[in-house]
Amino acid sequence: MERFIQLVIDGIAIGSIYGALALALVLIFRSTGIVNFAQGEMAMFSTFVAWALVQAGLPLGLALLAALAASFGGGMLIERVIIRPVEGEDPLTILIVTLGLFILVNSGAGWIWGFNNRGFPRALPGGSTTVAGVRLSYESLGIVAVLLVVVGLLWLLFEKTKLGLAMRAAAANPASSRLVGISVGRTLAIGWGLAALLGALAGVLVAPQLFLDVNFMGGVLVYSFAAATLGGFDSPKGAVIGGWIIGVAETLAGDYIGFIGSDLTILVPLAIIFGVLLVRPNGLFGSPEVVRA
Amino acid sequence: MSLFTVERGSTRQTQLRLAGLTVLAVVAVAIPFLFGPYRVSQFTLVLIYAIAVLGLNLLVGYSGQISLGHGAFFCLGAYTGAILLDRTSIPHLLTVPAAGLVCFAAGLALGLPALRLRGLYLALVTLAIAIATPVLIKRFDGLTGGSQGISIQQPKPPASLGLADDQFLYFLSLVVAVPLFWFASGIVRRNVGRALIAMRDDETAARTMGVNLATFKTRAFGLSAAYAGVAGSLFTFANGFVAPESFTLTVSFAFLAAIVVGGLATVAGALFGALFIVFVPVWSSDVDEALSGVIYGATLIACMYVFRGGIMGLLRSAWGRIAEVQGTTTGRSDDEVGEEVAVAGDVRRTGAGARGMRS
Amino acid sequence: MSLLEVEGLEAGYGPVTVVRDLAFSVDEGQVVTILGANGAGKTTTLRALSGVARASGRIDFGGTPLLGRAPEWIVRQGIAHVPEGRGNFATLTVEENLRLGAYVRKDGGRTRQDIKRCYGYFPRLEERSTQAAGSLSGGEQQMLAIARGLMLRPRLMLLDEPSHGLSPLITREVFKILREIVEEGTTLLIVEQNANLVLEFADHAYVLETGQLVLDGSAEEIGSDEGVRRSYLGMV
Repeated sequence: MERFIQLVIDGIAIGSIYGALALALVLIFRSTGIVNFAQGEMAMFSTFVAWALVQAGLPLGLALLAALAASFGGGMLIERVIIRPVEGEDPLTILIVTLGLFILVNSGAGWIWGFNNRGFPRALPGGSTTVAGVRLSYESLGIVAVLLVVVGLLWLLFEKTKLGLAMRAAAANPASSRLVGISVGRTLAIGWGLAALLGALAGVLVAPQLFLDVNFMGGVLVYSFAAATLGGFDSPKGAVIGGWIIGVAETLAGDYIGFIGSDLTILVPLAIIFGVLLVRPNGLFGSPEVVRA
Repeated sequence: MSLFTVERGSTRQTQLRLAGLTVLAVVAVAIPFLFGPYRVSQFTLVLIYAIAVLGLNLLVGYSGQISLGHGAFFCLGAYTGAILLDRTSIPHLLTVPAAGLVCFAAGLALGLPALRLRGLYLALVTLAIAIATPVLIKRFDGLTGGSQGISIQQPKPPASLGLADDQFLYFLSLVVAVPLFWFASGIVRRNVGRALIAMRDDETAARTMGVNLATFKTRAFGLSAAYAGVAGSLFTFANGFVAPESFTLTVSFAFLAAIVVGGLATVAGALFGALFIVFVPVWSSDVDEALSGVIYGATLIACMYVFRGGIMGLLRSAWGRIAEVQGTTTGRSDDEVGEEVAVAGDVRRTGAGARGMRS
Repeated sequence: MSLLEVEGLEAGYGPVTVVRDLAFSVDEGQVVTILGANGAGKTTTLRALSGVARASGRIDFGGTPLLGRAPEWIVRQGIAHVPEGRGNFATLTVEENLRLGAYVRKDGGRTRQDIKRCYGYFPRLEERSTQAAGSLSGGEQQMLAIARGLMLRPRLMLLDEPSHGLSPLITREVFKILREIVEEGTTLLIVEQNANLVLEFADHAYVLETGQLVLDGSAEEIGSDEGVRRSYLGMV
């Protein structure tokens, strides 16, 4: 029983990582209808930036903050320079651009930092505490806490600030947004910046356990896609909850189901994607269709 | 403006087309004699990929169903061929249609549930299949040889032809590719093709025209999978073995890039797309080994900015400057066009993208 | 000098020109209407004014040229465009839609007051203030669109077919409220197919046919014109 709870908690922790990246995907999808296949690679790149800053002598906390800030700026820049020229094009063209971006960022990171893997310092304290016979690692608790704080801040942004309202408006009806004076381009850039920030956060939180190399976010991206699909691709709430469910499913399945073992655990999110799409494509919280008023 | 004019459907147009095809044929046949074995094998790969890419274009460009997992059918075809050669005494050439049939069935099987999925969702399902494929191959190693893969005897040229191995493989692929391209362009040119495009652009209209959507879409899936399967079996011939590493997500993405770069909803575009995905990575690692991925990615992105409508679109507008094809007026009033353009413009400007991902 | 002066206006989308050599003006406090059939170019004209369609010629608002300016800037000059199809933010609440109308304004406190004022005009909106705009009826959505335009405290309000899809009863209600708005000092430029109601209400009217102005006169003159009566008022 204790093991079960432990697995669930670890599942929620890793699920928070998936949720964070899924949230990034959902943010961009909601505002532009684009699925950004390069989200994981952008997160990887930002994590490498953090690593490089630490190597250069910066204290970890500062390095992380700087990397997060850089990721925000980088996200905005990518939207402006690479995505903006094709923003109104058909989905396939945009898809190919994000694929091109994937390849570019992945190879770019390899060119700058090499293709070997390396360790990444822990931001959260190691060790654990035992409550009612269940061992809770501080890292897991910390990751969940960080995610909850971030989600809370995002909620405040979107629901309680003018900028957040503008962002929601631009996502709901870009044409009308221009007619009330919202600079749609600027809000989109901010959206991409935020998404990149979320991705970077996911990256630096998961890097200590996965080891840092140019491909380390590839698997995480797949799980995040599953989370976003499960939750509903246009639902932020769905991304987070979907992430938790996927995380828990992964840890439980890896442990309990012999067929899966640990190297085939990637089949779990894939099966979930399959199942969700065949039964209820818009996921748990996604909206069934876009309403025009 | 233009150098000369051609009437659509005239003898002159047919003559020009034939001339173009003849040039292409001559070049295609000459290639194995002009280059060394390594380069020839690259061209063989171009032919093989072109078949697969053509299949994907039938699905995506003509029937509007997006698939991120075409590589899975390619893989299925390749393994079908390999397993048949390994386990049975079936002659080499028969594995090609066998792979095609198996994949046709698989495509139909996937096409049925795919009917209920739109845009993004179909993309995600196919993505999941593509990612799962190498994993499943490794898991069912009893059948597939797992990570080790399966080695097969490559088809050998009959002595009477006097060809080298690489040249034979090239011509084998060419001989398979040509009728497949001809067949595809036939499908596309006839009403069926037009119905498919209508379906892609406005399903309600197509439905009222009596076009049976479900049948067409499912068949499109089956056909596109069959093409990939045939290409896969040729791939097995060309390599002499199959292994899961050759069929990762990268292959599916490459095919997708190829149809867009070559030109969506064009038949010839498949060839250009295949040339792109084979030679640009080679060229970019020639430029700088370490930067090759960066160059390839950047080139792909640049193509999307510059070539609206892919390489075929570029060629068409270039051709349009040389020869004006008459008989293409649409006869609508400026206002009607204006309103349409306005709506389309809104959709573009808003960044919500056209139908597809978000429907 | 008129509040809005347009001369030699040519507008369209991309390579297509919909409106040619248009000239009209709107004085402060007036209600001006542009009539015309579908495809005549009415919507294009409004879009040229609010900056979302390609335009050339001269558009002066209070002496300031608008041509070539971004919609976001034009809004800030005090022009509210209530578009065809209402343009509401379907997934946002009624109240959020209203707040967005005041997006460019800097006076937060007055915004709250203005929301109350809008609810005064449109009590039905207050009942639904926390509902998603997409769930409102056609008439309510039109009212919301107008209210959103009002929230700007515009000098000029552009209305594109406000009666579209509404029953005659609701249309009368909407026009009654528009009358009040004019009395409070807002200038209106209304584009309509439904000439009956709007001619009762407007001061001046223009008639557009395939992108060109064919008639120009006071509302009474236009209303009694034979051609107009036959084509637009359904009278023989």
